[in-house]
Amino acid sequence: MIKIVDLHKSFGDNSVLTGVNLDIKDRETITIIGGSGCGKSVLIKHIVGLLKPESGNIFVDETEITGLNEKSLSEVQKNFGFLFQGAALFDSLTVGDNVAFGLRNLKDLTEKEILEKVEKCLLMVGLEGITNLKPSELSGGMKKRVALARAIATDPKYIFYDEPTTGIDPIMADVINDLIIHLQKSLNITSIVVTHDIASAYKISNRIAMLYDGKIIGTGTPDEIKKTENQYIKQFTTGSSVGPIKMKVRER
Amino acid sequence: MITTLGKKFIKTSDDIGNAFTMLVKTVHSYISEKQDRKNIINQMIQIGVMSVPVTALTSVFTGMVLALQTAYSTKNIFNEPIYIGSVVGFSMVKELGPVLTAVVVAGRVGAAIAAELGTMKVTEQIDALYTLGTNPIKYLAVPRFISIVVMLPILTVFADIIGIIGGFFVSVYKLGIAATVYKNDILDYMRVEDLFHGLIKSIFFALIIVTVACYKGFTCEGGAEGVGRSTTQTVVISMVMILVSDYFLTALLVLFGIG
Repeated sequence: MIKIVDLHKSFGDNSVLTGVNLDIKDRETITIIGGSGCGKSVLIKHIVGLLKPESGNIFVDETEITGLNEKSLSEVQKNFGFLFQGAALFDSLTVGDNVAFGLRNLKDLTEKEILEKVEKCLLMVGLEGITNLKPSELSGGMKKRVALARAIATDPKYIFYDEPTTGIDPIMADVINDLIIHLQKSLNITSIVVTHDIASAYKISNRIAMLYDGKIIGTGTPDEIKKTENQYIKQFTTGSSVGPIKMKVRER
Repeated sequence: MITTLGKKFIKTSDDIGNAFTMLVKTVHSYISEKQDRKNIINQMIQIGVMSVPVTALTSVFTGMVLALQTAYSTKNIFNEPIYIGSVVGFSMVKELGPVLTAVVVAGRVGAAIAAELGTMKVTEQIDALYTLGTNPIKYLAVPRFISIVVMLPILTVFADIIGIIGGFFVSVYKLGIAATVYKNDILDYMRVEDLFHGLIKSIFFALIIVTVACYKGFTCEGGAEGVGRSTTQTVVISMVMILVSDYFLTALLVLFGIG
């Protein structure tokens, strides 16, 4: 279980998180929705320890992680898998080496076992016979799937998806959605998804939380979110320009 | 204006402190953790072996022009070209070998390190390393640190030799000076401390290049434009620091009787 308590973070004069509180239950898929630049990615980077907050606490399975030193934090990070927005595959390594990277560093496996695991993970995301290709030879959708294979290879307890369907075509986006649901069912892991793709959020989530103005302003199941009376969530999920959330047409 | 200057001063102080912290972490990681030998050898080839042609080209012409200039100057003063071997030898070994090699490596290798790490930073590959249980300092900075600290002094010795050979060819085949005279000019006056003088400086220059390049790469922000900015800053800052520190290092080493 992950518990976030009163999390604050600023970058210079820009306050991004202004008191985030959120509980993430084991084996659920929770989607954090919110406008571009509202701090969704910043929030999940705090949970995995890539960013340090100014104040507030994050508990991962009862361990408070914001005050941990690098060594203790890296122990906690072994429970995490992360799918980055742009896939973040290592350009200099082949697909096989990318997927095997975490296994070589975190698990005590023989090279034969690692190669078998790499093949298995790539098969789970619907890819095979591409272990010797370089990331530059892959399409956007394939890169995301390889990154997903890399994220699940170490058998994480929690997997984080940062905008998993952004930048790919609608059909491939739905394939990724199906993969997230399939992995959730077959691996029984906790998934934390960050997206502004509402269709995707409704399809894959057990629960949806909306981040607005640096705070979580509401949570609920997809059905509850669809029927919500919260005007902010309603405006965002219906994608209307009319409502309490004001977007600037012209920036000065 | 005072506020702007103050902010710049604070930012620069912050950068120097953070870069030094990164250097300390790199050294600590090198001492305390098991290193990936294959990665280090690969970096040594990229940084050292691949820099050989450009270093050779730079130093051979530097040695040649030194011989030529010394010959013209001494001819004007003493009516004959003398001490060419000594001037070329001392200049190459104590000054031009280490400084020119460091400047060439800062341009070739420093820029490449900053661009590579900067691209990894802006495409979240460095964050990905953390999530896969790998400390980027250990995986990226340490191999480059070891490689450059080992390879730059080796390249410097190579540059010294090539420069002296360049001077030899100009002296013997263009100026008609006997080969033994050129050789004795070097061996009679130079001591082993002079070689150490250059090598100690090259180790400091290596530390400057790798620290600036890794720091600028790791702190790169702002997409492709940011990578370009980091790369340019790496080359400019490294070169300025090499030239400025060269004066103080020389003064300090002479004070301690090294060269």
